[in-house]
Amino acid sequence: MSRSRTERLVNLVICLLSTRRYLTAAQIAATVPGYEHDPTDPREHEAFQRKFERDKAELRDLGVPLETGTTSVFDTEPGYRIARRDYALPDIRLEPDETAAVGIAARLWQHAGMAAAASSGLLKLRAAGVDVDVSATLGVEPLVTVDPAFEPLQAAARRRQEVRFDYRTPEDDVAHTRRLQPWGVVSWRGRWYVVGWDLDREAVRSFRMSRIVGPVRPVGPPNAFTPPPDLDLFSYVSQWSAPPEYPNRAVVLLKPGRAAGVRRRAESVEPGPDGERAVLRYSDPDSLARWLVGYGSDVVVLEPDEARKAIVARLRDLVETLTGPSSGDGAVPPPRPAEAESAEVPA
Amino acid sequence: MTVTTSGERLARLLNLVPYLLARPGIPIAQAAADLGVSEKQLREDLELLWVCGLPGYGPGDLIDLAFDGDRVTVTFDAGIDRPLRLTHDEALALIVALRMLAQLPGGVDLPGGSGNNRDAVERALAKIESAAGDAAAGLPVAVGLPNPAAADRIAQLQQAVQRRRALRLTYYTATRDEVTERVVDPMRVLLVGGHAYLEAWCRRAEGVRMFRADRIDDCEELDEPANPPPQARPAEVRDNSVFTPSPDLPLVTLRVGRWARWITEYYPCERVVEESPDRWLVSLRASDLAWARRLVLGLGTDVAVLDPPELVEAVRREATEALRAYERGGEA
Repeated sequence: MSRSRTERLVNLVICLLSTRRYLTAAQIAATVPGYEHDPTDPREHEAFQRKFERDKAELRDLGVPLETGTTSVFDTEPGYRIARRDYALPDIRLEPDETAAVGIAARLWQHAGMAAAASSGLLKLRAAGVDVDVSATLGVEPLVTVDPAFEPLQAAARRRQEVRFDYRTPEDDVAHTRRLQPWGVVSWRGRWYVVGWDLDREAVRSFRMSRIVGPVRPVGPPNAFTPPPDLDLFSYVSQWSAPPEYPNRAVVLLKPGRAAGVRRRAESVEPGPDGERAVLRYSDPDSLARWLVGYGSDVVVLEPDEARKAIVARLRDLVETLTGPSSGDGAVPPPRPAEAESAEVPA
Repeated sequence: MTVTTSGERLARLLNLVPYLLARPGIPIAQAAADLGVSEKQLREDLELLWVCGLPGYGPGDLIDLAFDGDRVTVTFDAGIDRPLRLTHDEALALIVALRMLAQLPGGVDLPGGSGNNRDAVERALAKIESAAGDAAAGLPVAVGLPNPAAADRIAQLQQAVQRRRALRLTYYTATRDEVTERVVDPMRVLLVGGHAYLEAWCRRAEGVRMFRADRIDDCEELDEPANPPPQARPAEVRDNSVFTPSPDLPLVTLRVGRWARWITEYYPCERVVEESPDRWLVSLRASDLAWARRLVLGLGTDVAVLDPPELVEAVRREATEALRAYERGGEA
């Protein structure tokens, strides 16, 4: 933005803040430096109007609340003013520990856009007289990041506007368009979800934002729906993220010094005649088998029979596939591994 | 300074007047540092403000500044005595981050605070929400705990970082499937992608390492101070993951069927080629081939190793030996 334009806009803000009457475009042109033109010359007048439109858009983008209206019923043309109470940040006083919290919070964003918004918010707090302590540290830093879909989805949830987006889980071959009344967005265990009423499934659904492909498209008017009262967003994402339960016990044989990952989850490890025996808790034989099969011959399940059968079946399939002529595509869908028994992220 | 994005300078100028108004006689250098601009830029901003003011634009109408050496005072503000309200995005960014802080296990130890610091976060949150007004009203955003299972461990690690004490860890390294003891100099605790990590100088490895809180099986605070060497620098965390695949690590290529495709979402992959619905070629870096072998065996027949050949062989050998072990021990 050129210096003269910035100067004109600062003067425009000051002028509109200082007036109680609505000022028409013509009155503003006659007052604020930088808008001088001959209103009787159509070309000059048109150029002024374009300039003024751009300036108004600029102010609105910054969040300056431009009011339009007429001062009296005799005014034929609407005018502009800025109401001080809508413009000004209300008084805010923070205690030292509170300013430290705000300073830390503003640094958590890993997402460039949100980080910029946090720091410009902080600058406003500073201008309001709050001395934000930026050197404060916590010893613990939650790094906050968001998916591209976060911004449009929370905005739509706030406006209560329907959205459409293309969604693809890893099992899908193509993305499917979903129609949703978004109730809210929620971060759970480091991932963001949108929760709402799925208009095609006619049920509450949650969607992982990282699986949304392409843009989120708001559809239709705002205030199109009402989320349920006492909405608890967590309840929709945490029901299937709850810690798994392990009601069953298995006894396994461990090779000496091997399978550390199994030992640390064992209820007990006792020496035996043919190697160490560990007692493991598990939820169902298939997930136990999926976990233990990774350890190969280092871990052999002794009991119960259902666990032995599950693991032997997996091993047979594997050996057959690995040594046989054809590959074993098109298998039955196995359930995803439970959190605690999943393979580990390399770190 | 280069020409800034549209509106940025205007926002700065509108903010500058109330900022200075609240701090009469502030050194220009301090103001510049506070506002994140150079001193030269700040002086240019002040020069511009000086010619702005109320309609009339006479000597009594213009914004007036008094300079005293390197200090500045606003003597007439022309009505911009308050900063602009928080925009929706600004309110969102501050409030969501504060809600995240409020969720930290073990609370937050804040400088200048005493007693209950979680309370300080809540108080700050309430004040910001109230000051943001409409911009924060009905913010449909909820944030939850990373992993409550490790909450006590996280609190203990956080305390060690703040007290600057060395730690003796019993740590399970998942990639090598081994438990080791090591003395570390804590640097910080990170919450990333739903997990908590201790970033520390590991005296055993003589390098900076990330230790996932739920894999620290035991942790003892030592009497000696934490003393990470000067070369210990915090790692850059990207894409919600502390694991940055290094090109030195072996590249594993898998043929993945539909029901194992989830691994492409779960592990950082270098390449995913969707050849056909039942044949995706997935390449990922494995810090240890034994880890890759456990992964592949666990995934069963929906995954086959294409490369490297020693992994193909290791998977085949291990599966065969394991099956033999069961057959030796009697039919299941």
